[in-house]
Amino acid sequence: MNASASHQVEAVAVAAERRWAMVVGFIVVLLIGMMIFTGLHWVAMPPSRVETIDPRTLHLSGEFVEDNLGTEVAPDGRVTVRLVAQQYSFTPQCLVVPAGVPVTFRGTASDAIHGFIISATNANVMLVPGFIATFTTTFQKPAEHLMPCHEYCGTGHEGMWARVQVLDAAEFLARSANGERPACAAR
Amino acid sequence: MPQSFWPARLTEKGLLVQLARRLVLAHFWVAFVAFAIAILLGEWQMYVRSPLHAWVNNPELYYRSVTAHGTVMGYVMPTLVAMGFGYAICELALGRPLVGLRWAWAGFWIVLTGTVMASVPVALGRASVLYTFYPPMLGSPFYYLGIVLVVVGSWIWVALMSINLRLWKKDNPGRPVPLAMFGNVAGAYLWAWTSVGAALEILLLILPAAFGFKDTINAGLARVFFSWTLHAIVYFWLMPAYIAFYTIIPRAIGGRLYSDTMGRIAFALFLVFSMPIGIHHLFADPQVGSGFKFVHAVFTVMVSVPTLLTVFTIVASVEIAARLRGGKGLFGWVKALPWSNPAMLAVTFAFIMLGFGGAGGLINMSYQLNETIHNTQWVTGHFHLIFGGAIVIMYFVLAYDLWPQLLRCEPLSARLMRTQLWLWFIGMMVLTLPWHFVGLLGMPRRMAYFDYSHPALQPQAWGVTMSAVGGLILVISALLFVYILAKAHRGAVVEPEAYRFSTAVHESSHVPAALNSFGLWLALMIGLTVVNYGFPIVQLALTPAASVPVIPMGAKR
Repeated sequence: MNASASHQVEAVAVAAERRWAMVVGFIVVLLIGMMIFTGLHWVAMPPSRVETIDPRTLHLSGEFVEDNLGTEVAPDGRVTVRLVAQQYSFTPQCLVVPAGVPVTFRGTASDAIHGFIISATNANVMLVPGFIATFTTTFQKPAEHLMPCHEYCGTGHEGMWARVQVLDAAEFLARSANGERPACAAR
Repeated sequence: MPQSFWPARLTEKGLLVQLARRLVLAHFWVAFVAFAIAILLGEWQMYVRSPLHAWVNNPELYYRSVTAHGTVMGYVMPTLVAMGFGYAICELALGRPLVGLRWAWAGFWIVLTGTVMASVPVALGRASVLYTFYPPMLGSPFYYLGIVLVVVGSWIWVALMSINLRLWKKDNPGRPVPLAMFGNVAGAYLWAWTSVGAALEILLLILPAAFGFKDTINAGLARVFFSWTLHAIVYFWLMPAYIAFYTIIPRAIGGRLYSDTMGRIAFALFLVFSMPIGIHHLFADPQVGSGFKFVHAVFTVMVSVPTLLTVFTIVASVEIAARLRGGKGLFGWVKALPWSNPAMLAVTFAFIMLGFGGAGGLINMSYQLNETIHNTQWVTGHFHLIFGGAIVIMYFVLAYDLWPQLLRCEPLSARLMRTQLWLWFIGMMVLTLPWHFVGLLGMPRRMAYFDYSHPALQPQAWGVTMSAVGGLILVISALLFVYILAKAHRGAVVEPEAYRFSTAVHESSHVPAALNSFGLWLALMIGLTVVNYGFPIVQLALTPAASVPVIPMGAKR
């Protein structure tokens, strides 16, 4: 191969690499653009507040005492679910929430690290002792979901399953009148 | 015996000197025997939690097994493969005997001691905390000390790789560092800095509590430290596979490497982008704010760049091999590839698994899509496909490729190697595709059993059964792998041909200084890690309210 042919070969190789570099650049920009767009446009973001709580006293006073757990409807109509995870159950073990209404979850762990996913939904969060996890989600339609702990929390982890009952909004409001925490219907 | 006794001629011809042979073999054999034991545990886990088996009587046994499986597959096996391969590369690529052989053996024995020290409390059920630790749960301090020893042993390897490269450069001023050695040292530096996150977690937080000096631990901070290691360790596992892509595959299939420079860029980018991205494992966590979650998500996109560059370069190199063999047409050249060559099969399988696994990875790292699959079986499926699939299949290839050098044996049976690789590929697909699927259905991770009679879980039962079958195929493949390697020990001794790495289409006598050394890349690696981790770490360290009571595991309460 003479010098000019070798140069030609190299030019072809460099051009191919440059084209591929542009494809890679496009993929990177597209992925980051998608994250920014969905983050801003749909306000779709992972849980993001950093808020601490002492796991040794959360049963005694404050937001996570037992009679404040469950689903609360505030006077202004906002729906908040509060729950505590411990080895090896959630309190409460069954949550009642309305369909079609934004529901804010506030949860924490009193011993090990726990977490939960509400099956067939995107509700998915870690519960780290010392911190309060907060996120808001909307359940599309009435249904019953499983809610397993999804972080290894000890040798009883496999038994840590709760339930979520999504009720029609009107039925939910009727059941939570007078500031009561609605309980799950018997199965 | 003085170092100079070993004739430099031998390595210049591409033959490892006698003692380094034993060193590399020792690393590989411990790695592969541990691998074979751990894969049996893995398959036992797949079986007992599937519908094929009744609920395991004592779930603790399941978590004990998961801890052992993860510790061996995550820490012991890949570390020993990287070390053994690194020593071999050092001699074969630089063409001279390894400096610091005694230290290398010391490192090996430290890793081995650490492995045993960690295994005993795990086997006794005193450290069923899984290989990702999960404080405030705490196991026996000897489990963590064992892990520390494994890492300390591997740091000796890091130092030796650095010293050997430095000495070679002094004797060869201005010459390009051979690509295999460049990737090898990049992997060593990457590991040194990757392991710092978990080392800080163990030394500063876990051990004081495990020894009983403290009865609280900052669980949030521990998770942030561990995320520093947890993601980047994947790139440490991956380095030997990528070195094999660039420096073994093109030669093994009779072609040329398309671009030596691209290899250097890929290795350098892994150094830069592996660490400052780990918080994407903590998207669902409450102890890190949205700002740093987003920054890490953006950087995680960047780490796909070296892989995309590699895919292009290796496919181009494969095409060169095909055209050299008379392949024609836009895609017709695929037919001309040496399909009976095990290396050809393996790189194809690796790329298919890398493709599926990479697509899944883009979902995991996505700021939003992560919520759908976080901590579901999808994630376990994902990293088995990427690591167990795309990476470990290349470990097989590099062992097969080096074996005739290490043992001075006849070439291994291509038929057996092909069978083993096919079984691994099929097994991995049957294992991981249903595993991803049940994760999408919402099946959580790390559970000793499931109530498949529940109507919501019933649709997941077949997927778990399929995965158990896939696991069985993998066990057969792994045992066949060990058999092929062991069988070679019994054959006649033959003097092997000189070993060589791939040559590039354009062998340049000069490469830019930035791509022939590591200063710039190490500065970026450390700088970006400090920028992306500094604030979350300091913030959590200054939050005393985040310290929570410890939970002893396996102790009488």
